Amino acid sequence: MTRNSHVLRSLVMGLISFGVLLLLWEAAVKGFNVRPIIMPAPSSIFRELWGDLPWYLANAGYTLLTTLVGFVLSVVIGVLIAVLLVSVPWFESTIYPLIISFNSVPKVAIAPLFVVWLGTGAEPQIAIAFLIAVFAIIVDAVHGLRSVPADVMDLGRVLKGSRADFFFKVRLPGALPSILSGMKVSISLALVGAIVGEFVASQRGLGYIILSAQGSFDTPRVFAALFLLAAMGMLLFSTVGLLERRLTHWRHIS
Amino acid sequence: MTAVSARALHKIYEGQRSVLALDNVSLEIPEGQFTSILGPSGCGKSTFLRCIAGLEEISDGSLHVRGKEVNGPPDNIGMVFQRDALLDWRTIERNIMLPIEFAKKSTQAAAPSMAKLLKLTGLADFGDRYPRELSGGMRQRAAICRALIDSPALLLMDEPFGALDALTRDQMNVELQRIWLEIRNTVIFVTHGISESVFLADKVAVFSPRPGRILEVIDIDLPRPRKLAIRESAEFGAYTQHIRRLFEGMGLIDESAEVE
Repeated sequence: MTRNSHVLRSLVMGLISFGVLLLLWEAAVKGFNVRPIIMPAPSSIFRELWGDLPWYLANAGYTLLTTLVGFVLSVVIGVLIAVLLVSVPWFESTIYPLIISFNSVPKVAIAPLFVVWLGTGAEPQIAIAFLIAVFAIIVDAVHGLRSVPADVMDLGRVLKGSRADFFFKVRLPGALPSILSGMKVSISLALVGAIVGEFVASQRGLGYIILSAQGSFDTPRVFAALFLLAAMGMLLFSTVGLLERRLTHWRHIS
Repeated sequence: MTAVSARALHKIYEGQRSVLALDNVSLEIPEGQFTSILGPSGCGKSTFLRCIAGLEEISDGSLHVRGKEVNGPPDNIGMVFQRDALLDWRTIERNIMLPIEFAKKSTQAAAPSMAKLLKLTGLADFGDRYPRELSGGMRQRAAICRALIDSPALLLMDEPFGALDALTRDQMNVELQRIWLEIRNTVIFVTHGISESVFLADKVAVFSPRPGRILEVIDIDLPRPRKLAIRESAEFGAYTQHIRRLFEGMGLIDESAEVE
C-alpha cells in the first residue's frame, strides 16, 4: 500500500516536471521566435506526430522488435557464455581476455561491417543491438555466478547433490540479482544498438526516420521520432525494472 | 560403534611457509554422544571438524567416520556453519527442504518431520517467511532444522552461535540441548566458549593453540536436562575452573598483567 502510493507519487511528480519543461520549451520557442528547422515547438512536434500516427507507430514497432530480439539474444547467449566462463577453467583463461579486449572496441565502429555481412534487412540491426548489449550481461552474470559465499559452497559439498542441482538451486538463483541488474543496463544499450543499425542501413524504423528527416531538414519529424524513442526507452527500462522486482522480491523485504 | 575415530591425525597447509594446523590428534567419539571441541581462536578446531566433514584432506594419520575412511564428505551427516548459510531467495521451509531435494527424496514424505522440527525450534509460524525477515537466532535455528531434516547420524556444528549476542546464545544453548535430548544423535560442537562447551556436552576435548593438539578429554558428568542455573553450581564451576587452568598453563590466560 505505501509502496504503491510511493510509486504513484513519483509518477505524478515526473509527469508534472515533464509538463513544466514542455511549457518552458514552448514559451522559449515562441518568445524568441526560433525557426522550426532549428528547434520546433512541442505543439508542432505533437501535431506532426498525431498527423502521421499509424506510420510512426509502425516504424516504432519495427525498432521495438529489433531491440527486443537483440536484447533477448544478449540475455540468453550472455548468460550461457558466463556459465561456461565460470564452470570451464580453460575457457576463462583463454576466452575471457578475448571478450574483454573485444569489448573495448567501439561497437558503433564495426556496425558497417554487419551490413556487408548480413545485408540491409533487420539482421544487422539485431546483430548490433545484441553485440552492444551482451557484454553488460556477461560481466554481471560472471560476477553473480562467482559470488557464492564460502559456507554455502561447503554446504553444497556436504549435501553431496549433483552438479546440476547445485547449479540450478544455488548458483543460478544466487546470480539472478546480478543478471537482472545487467539486464537493466543491456536493455538501454540494445535500443542504442538498434538505432545505430538503422542509421547504417535501413529502410524502416525510428533511426531511419531520424536520418531521412534530417536529410530533408524536417526537424519536427526528427523530434517526433525522438519523443517516441524516449517513451520507448522508458517503457523498456521500467519493464525490466518491474521484472527485477518480481523475480527478486525477497530482496526488498526488510 | 564409534562415530568418529581419529588416529595420529596431522594436517599441514602446504605453501611457501607450511603451517602445521593439527599435530598428532587422536580422538574417539562414541555414537549418540554430544562432544564439544573447545579451544582458542585459530587452534585448528574448525579444521578438525572440516576434516571430519570431508571438506579438508588430512596430511597424515587416519580418520574414520562410522567405520569408513574419510574421503570426501561422508554420507548422512548434517552441518551447521558459523553463519547460517541460508539461501535468501528460499522461504524457511524450502531452505530446510534443500538436503531432501539434493538427496532426490520426496519432499512430501519429509513434510511431517519438517513440521516437527519447526515446532521443536519455535519456528512453526515462520515457515513461509524469507531469511531476511528473521532475527539472527531464528535464522540459526532454521539452519539447525536444515541440518537435521534428513535425520543425520552425525551432526557437525562449527561455532554455530559465535555470531549471536550473549543472551540469544544462552537461549540457543538451552534449545539445542532440548532438541538433542529428543533426537539423541551424535553431535560434534566446535566452540571457544568454556561455559558453553561444558553446558552442552557429554565430553569436552580441549585443544591447544596452533599447532592444534588435544590437551585433555574431559567427561562431563552432570544430570540432564541441564538448566542455565547449573552454571552457578559447584560441580559446573569445577569443570570450567579445570579447563581454565589448562589454558593458563598454555599461557593463554594471564592475569599478572592486570595492574589497574
